[in-house]
Amino acid sequence: MSTSRFTGTDRYIATDDLRMAVNAAVTLARPLLIKGEPGTGKTQLALEVAEALGRPIFEWHVKSTSKAQQGLYEYDAVSRLRDSQLGDARVADIRNYIVRGKLWEAFESEVQPVLLIDEIDKADIEFPNDLLRELDRMEFYVHETRELVRARHRPIIIITSNNEKELPDAFLRRCFFHYIRFPDQETMTKIVEVHYPNLKRELLAEALGAFYKVRETPGLKKKPSTSELLDWIKLLLAEDIPSEVLRSDDPKKAIPPLHGALLKNEQDVHLFEQLVFLNRRVR
Amino acid sequence: MLVRFFFELRSAGVPVSLTEFLSLLQALEARVAFCSAEEFYWLARLALVKDERHFDRFDRVFAEHFAGAERLFQKLVAEVPAEWLQSLAQRLFTEEERAKVESLGSWDKLLETLRQRLEEQKERHEGGNKWVGTGGTSPFGSGGYHPEGIRIGNAGARQRRAVKVWEAREYRNFDDQRELGTRNLKMALRRLRKFARQGAADELDLDGTIDATARNAGWLDLKLRPERRNAVKVLLLLDVGGSMEDHVRVCEELFSAARSEFRHLEYFYFHNFIYENLWKDNRRRHSERTRTFDLLRTFNPDYRVIFVGDAAMSPYEIVQPGGSVEHFNEEAGSLWMQRMSAHFPHLVWLNPEPEERWEWTPSIRLTQELVTGRMFPLTLDGLDRATAALRRKSLPK
Repeated sequence: MSTSRFTGTDRYIATDDLRMAVNAAVTLARPLLIKGEPGTGKTQLALEVAEALGRPIFEWHVKSTSKAQQGLYEYDAVSRLRDSQLGDARVADIRNYIVRGKLWEAFESEVQPVLLIDEIDKADIEFPNDLLRELDRMEFYVHETRELVRARHRPIIIITSNNEKELPDAFLRRCFFHYIRFPDQETMTKIVEVHYPNLKRELLAEALGAFYKVRETPGLKKKPSTSELLDWIKLLLAEDIPSEVLRSDDPKKAIPPLHGALLKNEQDVHLFEQLVFLNRRVR
Repeated sequence: MLVRFFFELRSAGVPVSLTEFLSLLQALEARVAFCSAEEFYWLARLALVKDERHFDRFDRVFAEHFAGAERLFQKLVAEVPAEWLQSLAQRLFTEEERAKVESLGSWDKLLETLRQRLEEQKERHEGGNKWVGTGGTSPFGSGGYHPEGIRIGNAGARQRRAVKVWEAREYRNFDDQRELGTRNLKMALRRLRKFARQGAADELDLDGTIDATARNAGWLDLKLRPERRNAVKVLLLLDVGGSMEDHVRVCEELFSAARSEFRHLEYFYFHNFIYENLWKDNRRRHSERTRTFDLLRTFNPDYRVIFVGDAAMSPYEIVQPGGSVEHFNEEAGSLWMQRMSAHFPHLVWLNPEPEERWEWTPSIRLTQELVTGRMFPLTLDGLDRATAALRRKSLPK
């Protein structure tokens, strides 16, 4: 059990409800499942929690081919087979061919670590079910060596999901769940300020205004998110674009400069340009 | 007190289990949240709700449970849930009268008027709230109700009071409103997968190799096997033009999802109903046609056939020879449909129209009978049911 509380870091703005979620998960040592629009800082959260609480972090990035077993350990049978052909002395001990996974590494940590299981929904539908006992009891059994691996300290587990698959109920019951909402303008201002502290006030206000306008364009296939906004501002700064250009009062410049950083789909760009064009004719 | 809250949540359709409830109590005991209603709200939501689609229901129950009766009434008016509208409508009209309202359009209009009246009333109370798009979907259904179709959003600056976050009801749009995107469709279609190993052996078969090596007294004997591939074959038949114009986008998405998911995907277009000809290129539909007889000969019965269409037409177009709106068909559409379902035991019809309207459209009922009840709405849930149905064979008639 930890007495330290997570309050966000100097690079990460956590809203009150997110802070509560992290602290509850830390206090009760429950896995925390984080969902939300892409680009709202789900993965970043785990890194920031680890830094804020001064804990080591273990990152397990899940892919569509990932198996739950890979997080525990893998038995490298092919190496052992090859070594046996060459008459290597290591062959005698099966332990030499057990490759530890991220979960095992986290269990072995000297202090309570943070374990990030990133994009759990990418894996096969059965993946979360295969981790139930491990997340619940924080232990697993290595069949090859007949040993039981138990966590020295229950890790703080942060799991992210993009909602591509429904997660099984039994798994959900063991987690706390938090949905990161898309930040409102006020929170967004804070987020941008944290990343670009020297940004001129008016440029920031104009950029945010333009950004939310783009986001509100009806029918966009992929709405720009926080990470895209930050990229865009970086570009604006690099190009040294004055804030007046962003002001949309001038109908001729209604399309924000460098909008390619915000819209990632040529249909969206097209749609946006059409709408701006229509707008201009009305005026 | 919290026990009652727990049961209220369950009856509101939020799937809360005892484990989750106990972990909430545990968290309260550990003083994760205290002395603040807002913190308690966040903690309760964190521990009890595991899906953002249920956030809105949770918010409503929370508001009701922790506010009191007078606010409950206000909220009902402010929100105008469709169930309430429906019960109001049921009180105002008898069964016979409702049966008299023959076309759905006027029924919709009726509800619309009701809703408007209620909204006016509300504005006198609170003001400032705007309704954003009713989406045109039917707000009522028999049996289980889904608050789909009615989307209410607060436009303009929202005055948020810090204590009442649950009353802001920001998760309304997540409540079973999930957009039917290409990815979701792919996930649903993926349930149709049936893997088989076919083709050249180019993948290392580890188990086979170990086994063979052991049998070979330890000398390495590599075994290869073909890659596992999705062996399901799909025949997609899409309705184009006419009333289908409204559903172009969702059909596009279904098509692109199906196309990337299945290696064996064939598609054809038809207009309104299936007759003796189909075509592959909509621009050259009159010159380049495929005879339906050829289709029946070319494709094996193991193809999964998916019709996509709203089946909204005059019943004559189905049952009468010469009933087609486009050309003179020698044989009735229903006969062609019977031939199709006799040849392809795995056949479903996906309908982009909301399921509640089906029974009001005679042609949909007819089609539903022709496909032996295997018509499903073009929603995620419908697609799930359709893929489940496609895995079984239809019952022989």
